[in-house]
Amino acid sequence: MSLGFVLLVHTAFDRTEQVARHWAAAGCPVVIHVDAKVPRAAFRAFRDRFGDAPLIRFCGRVRVEWGTWSLVAATQTGCERMLAAFPEVRHVYLASGSCLPLRPVAELTGYLADRPGVDFIESVAVEEADWAVDGLEAERFTLHFPFPWRRRRRLFDAFTELQRRLGVARKLPEGIVPHLGSQWWCLTRETLEAILTAPDRRAMDAWFSRAWIPDESYFQTLARRHSTRIESRSLTLAKFDVQGKPHIFYDDHRPLLERSDCFVARKVWPGAEGLYSTFLDPDRPAARMAEPDPGKIDRVFSRANRRRANGRAGLYNQGRFPAKGREGKLTAAPFAVFCGLGALFPDWEPWLARRLGGRVHGHLYHPEGAEFAGREEVLNGCLSASPALRDYRPEQFLANLIWNTRGERQTWQFGPGDTQAAMPFVLRDRNATVTVVSGAWVVPLIASDRPFDEVRAEIARLQRIEAAFLRLLDGPEVAARLHRWTLAEFAAGPEDRLAPVLAEIGGTEGARPLPAMRPLSAVPDFLQRLRNAGVKPVVMGDFGVPVSTPPRVGGPGLVR
Amino acid sequence: MGVVSSYRMRLRRKLWVARARARRSQLRAVADRTRAIRGGDLLAFTTLRNERLRLPYFLDYYRRLGIDHFLMVDNDSVDGTRDYLAAQPDVSLWTTEASYRASAYGVDWLNGLARSHGARHWCLTVDVDEFLVYPFCDSRPLRALTDWLDASQIRSFGAMLLDMYPKGPLAAQPYSEGQDPFEIAAWFDAGNYVMERNPGLGNLWIQGGVRARAFFADAPRKAPALNKTPLVRWAPGYAYVSSTHALLPRGLNRTFEEAGGEKASGVLLHAKFLDTFGARAEEEAARGEHYRAADEYRAYAEGLEGGRDLWCRWSERYINWRQLEILGLISKGNWA
Repeated sequence: MSLGFVLLVHTAFDRTEQVARHWAAAGCPVVIHVDAKVPRAAFRAFRDRFGDAPLIRFCGRVRVEWGTWSLVAATQTGCERMLAAFPEVRHVYLASGSCLPLRPVAELTGYLADRPGVDFIESVAVEEADWAVDGLEAERFTLHFPFPWRRRRRLFDAFTELQRRLGVARKLPEGIVPHLGSQWWCLTRETLEAILTAPDRRAMDAWFSRAWIPDESYFQTLARRHSTRIESRSLTLAKFDVQGKPHIFYDDHRPLLERSDCFVARKVWPGAEGLYSTFLDPDRPAARMAEPDPGKIDRVFSRANRRRANGRAGLYNQGRFPAKGREGKLTAAPFAVFCGLGALFPDWEPWLARRLGGRVHGHLYHPEGAEFAGREEVLNGCLSASPALRDYRPEQFLANLIWNTRGERQTWQFGPGDTQAAMPFVLRDRNATVTVVSGAWVVPLIASDRPFDEVRAEIARLQRIEAAFLRLLDGPEVAARLHRWTLAEFAAGPEDRLAPVLAEIGGTEGARPLPAMRPLSAVPDFLQRLRNAGVKPVVMGDFGVPVSTPPRVGGPGLVR
Repeated sequence: MGVVSSYRMRLRRKLWVARARARRSQLRAVADRTRAIRGGDLLAFTTLRNERLRLPYFLDYYRRLGIDHFLMVDNDSVDGTRDYLAAQPDVSLWTTEASYRASAYGVDWLNGLARSHGARHWCLTVDVDEFLVYPFCDSRPLRALTDWLDASQIRSFGAMLLDMYPKGPLAAQPYSEGQDPFEIAAWFDAGNYVMERNPGLGNLWIQGGVRARAFFADAPRKAPALNKTPLVRWAPGYAYVSSTHALLPRGLNRTFEEAGGEKASGVLLHAKFLDTFGARAEEEAARGEHYRAADEYRAYAEGLEGGRDLWCRWSERYINWRQLEILGLISKGNWA
């Protein structure tokens, strides 16, 4: 038989035994390296289980510390034992105790036999590599790493930084080009022997023993030096998460693993009984001789990594509560806010709903409660229209609304009569399109039959609030798309103003025909009357001097 | 966080540990089987009173998830709870007649038990009406989660309380022993939760859900806290400080990501709103042994007057954890 397995083990001995026996039963020799951290009694008990298995051997033990040379030393010991004890072995496959064969051994040996003399080892030149999670690419070789990364993290980081400042750089030995790659490889006897018996091995070992994570570079670099044919990929399916630790496979991954056509998977949860019993079943039918295709599994794990790193935009929950400035988009989907248009067009909301589709709400921040579309009391996600609930956390009220209705465009009205607290949040959001016709709210007030003094006071109040809102629009953090006109500017061409806005929000159709607009003919006179009454109309814009003579008005506070 | 604030937190933690030690003597062992606990066992900690009806399903649910041993404090039950639990082979039971309120609503008792038995174990602290749901819980036992948390060097796991309720008046669907309570209380509010970061302890303070919507719509600030950190790899000196809402040291409360990503999280499905609730609410309001008992239970009593329905047309019917994940209530984080 031509294939031997070297197994690095420190835990989950029962699973290791299952896998080792599985391979040995197929005629493949196995050499097991047990971490020297495992107590002697436990080691002996484990070794003694294999008295009946001549193809399973043990090698000298090294105390393995993650990220250090000890892992390479353990591998060397195991490989030397394999090459010496089993002269018929043509390929050596390096695996761990938590690896699981996914395809019958015969398929793997057949695959290797079809590709004689090929070394399967992922090996990427350091200059090209964007390979590792930690980002220390070339520095893995040029700096010194006397401190263990896991146990002395701060010291490790500080010492690395210090060396960067001092410009420390170890010299590369002659004749090698540093390469990086997965720790799990399958090398030919020739390449492995060349590496292990090279005349300068002592010097190489000494140099690599001071590199960082040499188990991902020692064989990967030296195989380049000695091999004639390198296939730069690993036959072991192993995926890493954002912390650089391997993703773990569970029973529910079975369909994915079956379809991957990979030979060996790492790392498998020891409790995944379903995976072990499925894939180690000796009667498992041989699959087709397909090329390994880890693509689907890649996608699952890349998605998980993205979820951990970026999260779902616009979601605030118990696992995602970004600090200000770290939210990405503040809400889950684009939405539009119209200020003042409802005051100008009595039929605005139904018209907009027909024109834009999606859900068109009234004033979400109306003081008496959120005016949900259809004036519902409760919206998607059981979001309540209660003003107290909304105003308790007005920004999250909106974030919830947009999150709950994602997939359907939301549009709402806003004005100076509403609760203002959420507006800085809205304006910071790239998802928001805010269209403002400032001062438009004055039009229905003019038409109302309330006494002039009351109207005047109301206008003064609303104008003060709207002026503050308009100042926000010029703030440094505004990310929303803004369209703003004064009432006067808007009145000069309502359709021309609105058409691009509506096209930008949803669709290409123009704004024509607009719904009927309230007449503005009384506005110039009224504004003059306001001026005369001591209120300076600002947010409405410049309507010029009224054509007609101002009507004679009386009442207290009139300055003339 | 400054030195002074760190030191103050340390004192506060010591205080909670000391309280737990002092109140340990209030507990009298009824059935102490803690010698059966093996290294690495998953432990559950519970305080309860008169919950006989709920126990069979509760124990069954957590046995199936993989809890190896239950450590329970019976607060003076009179309904057979004590005898039932004392007969369970994987339950260690203590009893006390002392005040629930004075023991910080059971926190001192459970901190004391965790101090004695919890170190180096993953400890799940839940009430009998709280049922942990986490990503992949239908295919991976709790041990898969704790192994992954260990490998990721994570010490605590967040699980918000998700209040479940039936459709129709509570009294209309009586709960029977051994029944899955979520066959009745099958509904929840999916998207009306609000939160802020608690500056002192660093935990998230979450409110909302059906209780805010139905009972606290006019006084949202008073709505009950829903944030919980029920699953902790315990170490000597750890202490819950306010139900399971917050712990010390406060690093244990950082179960959420602040840089934009998502950390893995679950929920505690809360089977509070069953037909038993009405009688319970009256009794608890009279005893005054619960947190803000008067306020909260008066709100419930008023809110539920006349057989009011908590259900609304946007209520979501519970299916599984994947549904909760899509709705954004829980997250897989980078567990795949």
